Amino acid sequence: MPEKLPVNMVSKDLLEGNFPATAGESVDRATPSGSAGGPTPPIGRRLMTHALLIGASLIALVPFLWLLDTSFKTESTATQYPPSLIPDPFRWQNYVNLFSERQYHMLLWARNSLTIAVLVVLGTTISSAFVAYGFAKIRFRGRGILFALMLSTMMIPFPVTMVSMFIIFKWLGDHTGVAWLGTFRPLWVPYWFGSAFSIFLLRQFFITIPDELSEAARIDGCSELGIFFRIILPLARPALSVVALFAFLAVWNDFLGPLVYLQHSHQFTLALGLEAFQSQLGGSQWNLLMAASVLVVLPVVILFFIAQRTFIEGIATTGIKG
Amino acid sequence: MIRWRNEIKQTAKGLAFLSPWLIGFAVFMALPIGLSLYLSFCDYPLLQPPVFVGLRNYHAMLHDSVFWESLRNTGYYALLTLPAGMIIAIAAALLLNSRVRGISIYRAIIFLPSLVPLVASSMVWLWLFNSRLGLINTLLRYMGVAHPPGWLTTTRWAMPSLAIMSFWGLGNTVVIYLAGLQDVPKELYEAAEIDGASPARQLWHVTLPGISPVIFFNLIMAIIGVVQNFTVPYVMTQGGPDRATYLFTMYLYDNAFSFLHMGYASAMAWVELLIVLILTAIAFWSSRHWVHYQGK
Repeated sequence: MPEKLPVNMVSKDLLEGNFPATAGESVDRATPSGSAGGPTPPIGRRLMTHALLIGASLIALVPFLWLLDTSFKTESTATQYPPSLIPDPFRWQNYVNLFSERQYHMLLWARNSLTIAVLVVLGTTISSAFVAYGFAKIRFRGRGILFALMLSTMMIPFPVTMVSMFIIFKWLGDHTGVAWLGTFRPLWVPYWFGSAFSIFLLRQFFITIPDELSEAARIDGCSELGIFFRIILPLARPALSVVALFAFLAVWNDFLGPLVYLQHSHQFTLALGLEAFQSQLGGSQWNLLMAASVLVVLPVVILFFIAQRTFIEGIATTGIKG
Repeated sequence: MIRWRNEIKQTAKGLAFLSPWLIGFAVFMALPIGLSLYLSFCDYPLLQPPVFVGLRNYHAMLHDSVFWESLRNTGYYALLTLPAGMIIAIAAALLLNSRVRGISIYRAIIFLPSLVPLVASSMVWLWLFNSRLGLINTLLRYMGVAHPPGWLTTTRWAMPSLAIMSFWGLGNTVVIYLAGLQDVPKELYEAAEIDGASPARQLWHVTLPGISPVIFFNLIMAIIGVVQNFTVPYVMTQGGPDRATYLFTMYLYDNAFSFLHMGYASAMAWVELLIVLILTAIAFWSSRHWVHYQGK
């Protein structure tokens, strides 16, 4: 639904069973290289490769470093020319101010973002697993067509439906007495009906679980729901955490959804709040703005380093590899 | 008879598991798309009920210079980002596929920017692109460029600036290419080596055909992403200066939520849907000629 789909990155990898970018341990193993075939490339080529890799890494990293750097400066050292490399004086106060001064709402926005994220992650994971089970493990007429239909909805951009969704939510508020616009509901309720990408991903995982397991349980008198909860879900834990992680990344990144549905600044998510904060500061106080941005980026970066391991272990231990 | 009953039972069971998605599809996908088709034939200023006006919205579109401008801008952005983005991502993936020490660290570093929420990366790049104090122009001045461009503040450089910034966040695309590269059978390279193919020829005749399904997948994703691009220009330039970065989805958004032209916005939503469908159809159609699936 959000325009940047961080979910893209697994689609193929998971199916193929590798997650190269984050696979911390497995990466140094045999990787047939397009440009550098043969066992060990000559030293000259290796140095060249390192030089290019360091260059690319610098381009990737410098914006992060500059972001951090500025966030520790004072307003005057942040805007002096030429800029200084090391913040002097080193100012933690920017972060303290963001939290302590009531006009900034930082804590409130963080809480809003977390509330929505928890509801979206739970909803996406639970409902998608349920639906994926139907697509993967129950044979019935019309399943193929429905599956194709579901896949094709992945191509429909959110802006295409957002205008009429807004009108529908407004209508619901006007006619049922339960407000939707100006509440978090439009941002999380739809996720409790499964998300196409997560369903697809989980379905791909479920079909790798041998049918003998569920057959045995069925013979023992286990119901379909029992099989789903007691056999499939425990086995699918790694795939479920992948789905949960990507749901979190997507909702944390989402900007257009909150922009359309939320109205008051005390309801804003961090992404929306950061933008409001920026237009409020209006091109001054870059130090504060960068500190606020760090707070938005930090959870994602931390999650990346934690989840890196979950991914590899999950993918490796459950043997969808190969 | 028993088999028939069994089948009904199976179908009921299947549909029961599918029911969350079936309801969600009906309410959050089919209904809004249908509703926006109807509203696209209406004049609907939100506060009064919709009035059927036939094709008037679509007709107005033809004569709406801002509509065409936003469409042109989106095309320009696609032109700046799609081919270059593909080349950069493949090049990075090739580089990250080499066997050198510490490659996993390089991979993590290059992947990291793609995780940054778009609003946050917009803030960072606003600061980097700042024409007076930004790091980019500071470095350019150090390198002897007396008058570096004003980046986001000039009509000429604003869109290229957004394109440059988008390359920074290509990490997830790179990962997909990397997975594709590791899938190309090693024997093909060995055979090419024996035939005396140079690295350049191996790239052209083995690697690129080998990853062509991945290129195809990323191309579709990139097309869908470009057409709905909104957040970054909305936050960084508000479409300016002088509408130089005013994209299709921004105009759609403004029609709906700034001007309350819900009918016109719905018509634009349908145009956006058609653009995505047509472009992906073209990609699918052309894929017969350049995408090679390896038999597994």
